[in-house]
Amino acid sequence: MPDLSSLWLTARLAFVTTLVLLIIGTPLAWWLAQTRSRFKPAIEAIVALPLVLPPTVLGFYLLIAMSPNSWLGGFWMQATGDTLSFSFTGLVIGSVIYSFPFMIQPLQAAFEGPVKRAMQTAASLRASPIDAFISVAMPMSARGFVTAIVLSFAHTLGEFGVVLMVGGNIPDRTRVASIEIYEHVETLNYADAHTLSLILLVVSFLTLLSVFAFNRKFPAHVRL
Amino acid sequence: MFRDIVINPFFFICFFLSVASLTAACSGPNENSAATIAVATNFKTTFEHLESDFEARSGYTIDIVSGSTGKLYAQIINGAPYDVFLAADQARPERLVAEGQAVPMSRFTYAVGILALWSPTDPDVTPDTLIETDITRLALANPDLAPYGLAAAQLLERLSLDEQLRPKFVFGENVGQTFAFIRTGNAQIGFVSAAQVLALSENTEGSAWFVPPQLHDPISQDAVLLSRGEANAAARAFLTYLKSDPAREIIRRSGYESD
Repeated sequence: MPDLSSLWLTARLAFVTTLVLLIIGTPLAWWLAQTRSRFKPAIEAIVALPLVLPPTVLGFYLLIAMSPNSWLGGFWMQATGDTLSFSFTGLVIGSVIYSFPFMIQPLQAAFEGPVKRAMQTAASLRASPIDAFISVAMPMSARGFVTAIVLSFAHTLGEFGVVLMVGGNIPDRTRVASIEIYEHVETLNYADAHTLSLILLVVSFLTLLSVFAFNRKFPAHVRL
Repeated sequence: MFRDIVINPFFFICFFLSVASLTAACSGPNENSAATIAVATNFKTTFEHLESDFEARSGYTIDIVSGSTGKLYAQIINGAPYDVFLAADQARPERLVAEGQAVPMSRFTYAVGILALWSPTDPDVTPDTLIETDITRLALANPDLAPYGLAAAQLLERLSLDEQLRPKFVFGENVGQTFAFIRTGNAQIGFVSAAQVLALSENTEGSAWFVPPQLHDPISQDAVLLSRGEANAAARAFLTYLKSDPAREIIRRSGYESD
């Protein structure tokens, strides 16, 4: 039986990453859905970059950015006395960038169209923007939120390349399940690789099944 | 929206058709080469010197495939078209012989690795540098995966520093990634191979302590003739060359022992 602490670490990483993405992703997706700025295509392209970039490119840049010789890594070193690379926080930063489009794109799609018009109606009824967002836009975009949250979570579960490059394989801090599986395969320990792989496969399937089942029940935009 | 692309059956059909036609168009290995040699990544730079010397002397052409010893081993047992295997350890070539994938009497040690404690900033690295308090991260290759990592772990155990330093460990997947951790400043110091340190340009700052070989089990790297290359003249000529004095001189100069 393999050590299951890597699975627990993976779940924690995916949870924290999804939470951070939800907090910074919601306003950005909202802005992208509403804006007519000429910078919109450029921002959308940047958001979509992690879909096409090899994880090695992200990992390489992150390794350099997190080094105590750089301003980011140096600042972190001064503030905490520890390097940003090889830390759980470093992995969260990497995962947030890596899963960014998986949060933004479904949310942006949900915020476009009918939600926009409903918000205008709410504004004409003198609802404050925040009030209108919470009581009109969010319930109407429930499907978008579920898709975004579940895909971000599942995508972080499957993260490998970035973690391999900046993680340093430290038990309970950066040795996530995908890294541990890789190590088991490399050392010909196929039994443990099988157990962990099967657990990840089942968890990932159930996670995706939940979003598809949910989407079947709810139409794209819930009418109020 | 990307989800819709992925589940679209039309996308799948296009994908398979294009993969099939493209792989047919871009054919695989170089048909002109006389032998394909699989080389552990840590020896790749040294191997390139050997390759040009061998090709000039013999007239044969050889192709190189590099990767970690574990990956190359897995490829070989799954039918990869390699004639000779230059591993970073003894275990994998031994296993290939036992499994009938390599020629029994062909296995020999072509190089013995030298471990180095290296810092790109400290001009005077000694064993005592390990216990300096401003070291927050010590990089080493994963002892379960890489021979240099195993040697580093044995050394630290021998020096009774392993318990004390364990919280500072960060593991590279191999000695190349370990080198990158240190080179980029993410770890101040770490255990790499002497060959990597010697390959640095001379005006680089920093210094290294070359670890005396008796402080850990030897990092013996074995070569073996694979069954596929048994009748291959170029492969046999290369193995003979690898044991010759000019080859051993190149290997020694690159930062390995060779006897």
